[in-house]
Amino acid sequence: MAAGVGKTYRMLQEGRHAQADGHDVVIGYLEPHDRPETSALADGLEVVPRLRTAHGSLALDEMDVDAVIRRAPELALVDELAHTNAPGMRNEKRYQDIDEILDAGVDVISTVNVQHLESLNDAIAELTDVRVRETFPDRILEEADEVVLVDLTPEALQERLRAGKVYPQERVDVALQNFFKLERLSALRELALREVAEDVEARRQTLVLDPLSKQAVAERVLALVTPEPRSQRILRRAWRSAERLGAQLDALWVRKPGAQLDEEEQVGLAALRRLAIILGAHFVEEEGDDLVATVRSVVYERGTTYVFVGTPDESRKREILHGSLVSALVRELPGVDIRVVANRADRPEEVR
Amino acid sequence: MTKLDAGLLGAAIVLAVALVVVLARRRPPKRLPVSGAARRVLVPFSGALDPTVLDAAIRIARAEGAVLVPAYLLIVPLRYGEDAPLRDEVKLAMPVLEAVEHRALRAGVPVDARIEKGRTLTHALRRLWEVEQFDRIVAPAPVNGGGGFNEKELAWLLAHAPTETLVLKPTPAAARTAA
Repeated sequence: MAAGVGKTYRMLQEGRHAQADGHDVVIGYLEPHDRPETSALADGLEVVPRLRTAHGSLALDEMDVDAVIRRAPELALVDELAHTNAPGMRNEKRYQDIDEILDAGVDVISTVNVQHLESLNDAIAELTDVRVRETFPDRILEEADEVVLVDLTPEALQERLRAGKVYPQERVDVALQNFFKLERLSALRELALREVAEDVEARRQTLVLDPLSKQAVAERVLALVTPEPRSQRILRRAWRSAERLGAQLDALWVRKPGAQLDEEEQVGLAALRRLAIILGAHFVEEEGDDLVATVRSVVYERGTTYVFVGTPDESRKREILHGSLVSALVRELPGVDIRVVANRADRPEEVR
Repeated sequence: MTKLDAGLLGAAIVLAVALVVVLARRRPPKRLPVSGAARRVLVPFSGALDPTVLDAAIRIARAEGAVLVPAYLLIVPLRYGEDAPLRDEVKLAMPVLEAVEHRALRAGVPVDARIEKGRTLTHALRRLWEVEQFDRIVAPAPVNGGGGFNEKELAWLLAHAPTETLVLKPTPAAARTAA
């Protein structure tokens, strides 16, 4: 969540548990931050010597990736995943070092604060007025086998700070006036909780889609929309079905790469987004040349069980030459119900 | 060409004509053309829409070759955030909007329906105007104490509407069940 909540401590605890269970554990890199409790917990764990590099008059210590790989433990503990390595190191970032260690077949437990997550960079800057320079890509979180949130209430974190458990006493006041303000810590905590909740949800979806457990745990409806008036009805029909099924509703618009919307389409798209909010639906916008492939990818990502599509605007000739969209969806989405929402204007008895 | 050949040819032509007729009959009626810059007639309402008002709006849209935009306005209760989903309210709005849409399409008028929300009906209307343009507004006045905008709302509407506005009040006797 933030500095001082006890990430390093928690990492070491995990390492000690693994060691107690008979696993071969080493510390690849530890940032004890002069915290006695942390240093005490590290006692008894083997430490791979760091690599000392000279940078001008400064001597900088970095993780010795090759030494960790040569040592070949079962598990390496590597602190501060978002750290930027000293100039001249093989990798610019520590997460790249970790990638190498993982590739060598060594499991890694690492630590990171939520503000370093790349996709949250703008949100963090807005919340804290601090632009975080050391970021790491979201894929690292997605690829992790497990993400553990080390949570602490903002008040408790401030207490730890005041007690000198996070920074030396002389830095405490400045920290409390800046990054460690209560409202900022609350916002960071909320972000961290949300991020982990989303991660849990994504993992659940992956489990649902595991070939061995194809049975979805719940219905989920996807409405395919385009920025045109008839999509309003498609979304509304999909919502009614979703309500009956007690299902979540997603609306998907697949945008052609580089496509520019005219004014009317922009208005239509904005209206669809507003309707999605009113209906409690999630509006998803994806870019893709291949409509069916993009839909398939979203369907499997989100665990969709029903797809609503409008009557395709296909001429008979195009359908014969290129195949029908509905047929392609049926073929490419086995096990997913496809429902075509008719265009009322096409009903012969309705036009007088 | 023998008589038999001529007969077969004739039968084939008849069959072809019959197929064309069948195919033509099966083809849905031509959609009403909507040009890129079609005029838009907004019909805002909430709860119910008097059929007299709807029919008048349909006639106007038809005469102008315009798209009818029936907009169901929802009020977001103060206990909810402005962007909260409104499931219960939408459940009431949905069938009414479908019925309105159905009636307009039966009359051959293209429809682009909306559901808009706000803290009040006028707030919802203002939100809609802020993001979309309309060429005419047809606003229902209340009839028999129900449906339509009230006096205060109508006064606001006439003062703030960004375009030509028509307030329609059906005769109380003609007031029927809403669309």
